[in-house]
Order: sequence, then C-alpha cells, then structure tokens
Amino acid sequence: MRAEEFAERKVAVDGWEVNLASYRLGDVFHCQADNVSPGAWLARTTAPTRAEAEQKALTRASQLLARTRRCA
Amino acid sequence: MSDYAHPENLVSTEWVALHASEPNVRLVEVDVETSAYDEGHIPGAIAWAWRSQLCDTLRRDILSAPAFETLMQESGIGNDTAVILYGDNNNWFAAWALWQMRIYGHKDVRLMNGGRKKWISEGRELTTEVPTVKPARYRAASPDFSLRSFLLQAQGASAGRASALVDVRSPAEFTGEILAPPGLPETCQRGGHIPGARNIPWSKACREDGTFLPYDELKAVYAAEGIDGSKPVIAYCRIGERSSHTWFVLRYLLGLPGVTNYDGSWTEWGNLVGAPVQRGAAAAARG
Repeated sequence: MRAEEFAERKVAVDGWEVNLASYRLGDVFHCQADNVSPGAWLARTTAPTRAEAEQKALTRASQLLARTRRCA
Repeated sequence: MSDYAHPENLVSTEWVALHASEPNVRLVEVDVETSAYDEGHIPGAIAWAWRSQLCDTLRRDILSAPAFETLMQESGIGNDTAVILYGDNNNWFAAWALWQMRIYGHKDVRLMNGGRKKWISEGRELTTEVPTVKPARYRAASPDFSLRSFLLQAQGASAGRASALVDVRSPAEFTGEILAPPGLPETCQRGGHIPGARNIPWSKACREDGTFLPYDELKAVYAAEGIDGSKPVIAYCRIGERSSHTWFVLRYLLGLPGVTNYDGSWTEWGNLVGAPVQRGAAAAARG
C-alpha cells in the first residue's frame, strides 16, 4: 500500500500554531497534529474522511495545548 | 549530499527504496513510541521506541553496553550491518539512536534524509507487516564519551566559555516563556536557558520537507551565531533528542570538531537546585 493524497496545512489552536499532516492509506485517512514550534507531535488519528481525521486531531491537540502555561 | 563534510552518514529516500532489502542493510524506524510504525512503515523496517528501548528505564542514562548489545542482537544487527535510521519529528529520535550507536562504536549507521514524513509525502510503499528478524551477534565497543557532554562539561562551558553552548529548543522555551513544547508535560521546575547559550532551534537546519539544508546554507546558519568550529560545541535541548539532531548536523554535515550532545539537557539543568538560569533572549554572540 502507499500513502495517497498527502496534504499539510497550518492552523492556530488556542494561540498556538499547529501543523496538520494527513494522508489516505487504503480506505482510512490518517492525520497527525504537530506543534509547529518546536515540531513535536501532539495527536495521531484515523477516520473515514480527511475532515473527520483532522477534526479528531484538532480536538486532541486543543486539549493538550490548553494545559500549556505561558510564564510571565 | 556530496557537499556535506561526511555525506556517507546520510541516505535519500530514493536510496532506501533501492537498497532497503539488501541482506546487510537493516532499516529501523525510531520514534518516542511505535504508534506511527504500527500505522504503516517502510517494508522491511523494524521499530525502536526511544522511551522503552533506547534509554535505561531504571536510572536516567543511555543504554548500558550489555543492554545495547542485546538490542542490536535482537534487531538482527551485527557489527558490520549497514543500519539506516528514520523516524517522525524530522528524525529527532533517529538521530538519538545514531548518536548512541556511534557512542558504542557502530561504524555504518546513517539517517534517511527527510525521515518518515518525506517517505509518506512521496507516496512510497508502506506496510503493516512486521519482519521476522534473525538474531545476530554483536559486540559493543567501549563507550566513546567524546561524543557526549555531562553536567560538569555544561557547567564548565557556561562558566568559562571555552566551549560554545547551543540551545536547540524553540525560542519560547529558550526565553522561559514556556516550560515544555506546547501541549507536552512540563518537565522542569524553572524556565530559561543555560547562561551563555545561543539559541539556534534545530529546525533552522531543515527545509520544509524535513530534509537538511545544503552545506553552504547550514554553514551560514550556524556561523551567524558564532558556531564556526573555532571552539568545541555542546548542543542541548529538553531531553537530548533534538540536540542529537543538531549534533548530527554539526558533526557530520558541517564536519565541525569537538561537537557533543548534552543529553541531560534542560530536564537536568532546569531542575537543579542552585543552577544559574538566564531568561529572555541571549546576549550578543561572543567570539
């Protein structure tokens, strides 16, 4: 099998820049959400459509990012 | 890749597609854990998890020599095997594995330029099949600690400035605005950086597709911050994996002498009682 329809885009989540990378493997879309700086992965999800996989990744990323404190 | 000081430490995705199945080549996907590998990986690749397989899980350290030998043996890696490492996060943890393999004297170990993301974005073959591995014989060399810095060396570099300290974390971590990468658990008591360190995020060494910048551009990136080979360099980050990536760049792509990875990094320094901490941006580059 091969990854198809690979796509990336950056979105803002709770004031943090997040990179969404998604692709299709067979009938399943995979999505990975990374914090852009420094580039660590936050969530990895699967779903029947790209939109659903991205939404699940964004939901999880948002939960994690909400815990990040900005120090004065 | 021919402009790099030691291009033999790097292979392209094209090279892997052509050579991964050769009998003396072992392909390893390396990440903090193996969930990405489980989704699909390069045919023939085995997986190493940084958290459980590439660190001592009792005390904080790299693997002991016997544990390292066991990992190699169980991975079907002999002393003469060509090992190709790749992974997520632009090869952060793959670079850690390469650093550790060099500490224990493995000669032929290379990174796949661009890592997992580049392979996937190119639409290359993936599988969920886990290969059967025939155990090999392996003998680790005495550890080469000239590749590694400990707290004492980092303290010396901060106090005496005989070595350059390169903090490869994000600017927000360096300045102390945040205590860990956004979304990850806070693993230090204090934010900021080691006094005297320059902030050159690891990502400055890469293009958008994850591959390394060409030699001239890399040289310019680091020279702009005074990293030009005129003094030894200690790279550090939070847990030592991002700094393994920069260690690889400085040592093998630029060929700078005396480059070490301080794997204790900020999770050691930022938790030390009484350690000096600098916040905000760095001072101007020192000569």
